[in-house]
Amino acid sequence: MTTYPLEVNRLTVAYQKKPVLNSVSFQIPSGKLIGVLGPNGAGKSTLLKAVLGLIPKVEGDVSIFGRPYREQRKSVGYVPQRESVDWDFPTNALDVVMMGRYGHLGWFRRPGAKERDIAMECLGKVGMADYAGRQISQLSGGQQQRVFLARALAQSANLYFMDEPFAGVDATTEKAIIQLLHELKDQGKTVMVVHHDLSTVQEYFDHILLLNGELVAAGPTKDIFTPNHLQKTYGGRIAMLQDFAAVPAGQV
Amino acid sequence: MLSTFFNWITDPNMQWILMGSLLLGLGSGVIGSFTFLRKQSLLGDALAHAALPGICIAFMLSGVKSIGLFMIGAIVSGVLATFGIHAITRYSRIKQDAALGIVLSVFFGVGVVMMTKIQHSGNGNQSGLDKYMFGQAASMMLSDVYLVGIVSLILVAVCTLLFKEFKLVSFDPGFARGMGIKVGLLEQLLLLMTVIAVVVGIQAVGVVLVAALLITPAVAARYWTDALGVMIVLAGLFGALSGVTGTLISGTLSNLPTGPVTVLAASSIFLVSVVFAPGRGMVSKLLRRMRQRNEVKRSYGNGLAAVEGDRAMISNRANSSERSAD
Repeated sequence: MTTYPLEVNRLTVAYQKKPVLNSVSFQIPSGKLIGVLGPNGAGKSTLLKAVLGLIPKVEGDVSIFGRPYREQRKSVGYVPQRESVDWDFPTNALDVVMMGRYGHLGWFRRPGAKERDIAMECLGKVGMADYAGRQISQLSGGQQQRVFLARALAQSANLYFMDEPFAGVDATTEKAIIQLLHELKDQGKTVMVVHHDLSTVQEYFDHILLLNGELVAAGPTKDIFTPNHLQKTYGGRIAMLQDFAAVPAGQV
Repeated sequence: MLSTFFNWITDPNMQWILMGSLLLGLGSGVIGSFTFLRKQSLLGDALAHAALPGICIAFMLSGVKSIGLFMIGAIVSGVLATFGIHAITRYSRIKQDAALGIVLSVFFGVGVVMMTKIQHSGNGNQSGLDKYMFGQAASMMLSDVYLVGIVSLILVAVCTLLFKEFKLVSFDPGFARGMGIKVGLLEQLLLLMTVIAVVVGIQAVGVVLVAALLITPAVAARYWTDALGVMIVLAGLFGALSGVTGTLISGTLSNLPTGPVTVLAASSIFLVSVVFAPGRGMVSKLLRRMRQRNEVKRSYGNGLAAVEGDRAMISNRANSSERSAD
């Protein structure tokens, strides 16, 4: 039996009695880029947070590489939404990236030269080496996003969760991020990304999960990214949806 | 006045009290930095006010004035207040700021009623309990000073040991939790340490103003640096300086409660920081803006001249072409 990087069984999450995710089950394959898609309020971020144990689940199991998340923390990296922190916090870019090493350090131990080297290397990978000493409030939105990515890289994980890394970044940063995702994939790592822009889905992701409070469909992008499934996910609200899926499939 | 001042600082008893105030300010400044960065400044104030009924109940039950007992009472009522705030925000639509306002005033109201009751009870032991309102450092017993000093040092030591953890929890608790760091535990610990800092500060600074000793040094320190470590050290220094200044002035000028003087000292440091701190201070911002304006004006001016030069040339050429056409 193969173990999946992530296996979710009948996961239900509720905010104060109102269910946000209803009995969601899926597995994701190893070494792929996976997009999580769905309308606002569909539970995309909630899914990520529940898997990471940041919010309590009502029921269901989550296993990461075949074991509970608690035992696998060091093999998981996380990029939260950029707005989730106060960027006026007194620290610099390098310091934030070094935070990615804290989980490996354990209690009381201070980060040292080794952690600094790893952090510098990760900053270099996202093209931010020149900004290491920069106060984080003086970075642009795209640069802040790259710092968060570098911090996740510093976690040296095998499975990454990214919550809307493309939100509010310019084209250059988006390119840099997607290039980085491909590098991770080439190293055999699995990346799960909450994504909003339907026009880039086919270009970016090997697999997709369509969410709408419950799982609509999951699987390889070419099989799942169809007008029918999108209709089910987003409702009949956007006629344009048809085009996203239809054009490359040559159905026009 | 100068002679009383000298008598004061040469008195070994008073030297101890000064030492106590210094350590108290240091501890409060250090812990307050995290309280401030976690946007819980108001919580410190609520905890301080909530301590009053705890102190009164501890006195009513025991009949003695002992900082140790008061500390237990204050911690218990502080924890109750925290639960109250939590319950209100959780089970109603009331937001945290309103919940803080409600809980703070209820606990303080109850505390003042109890304090008045105690003062009229005829218990001879109660004299001096009213000092807990605004603080009187000079009235501290030597044993109290030891306790305050040791507890403050412990607070500083814990912050030093758990610096990395506290930093991550203050900056990005979600990420910290995902990483397996015990965020809930650390947050509780920070809260408990805030309560302890408030409680040991109460005798010196008083219930009403102790939150200022927690927050003001941290806010002032933030102006001088962009590094958390430096900020915390500065906040500790500012707190210690405020504590010593407050105790010295209130001890020399009799009848002046320590709390308000300490707070005024801390606020003066804050004012100086707001105006003169490099980078974030008002003077520095003003200078920078003026310099930028001049630079923009200069480059814009040059550009304008160049454009006008071009236009002049074009019009010359146009003229000449017109002329040649003629």
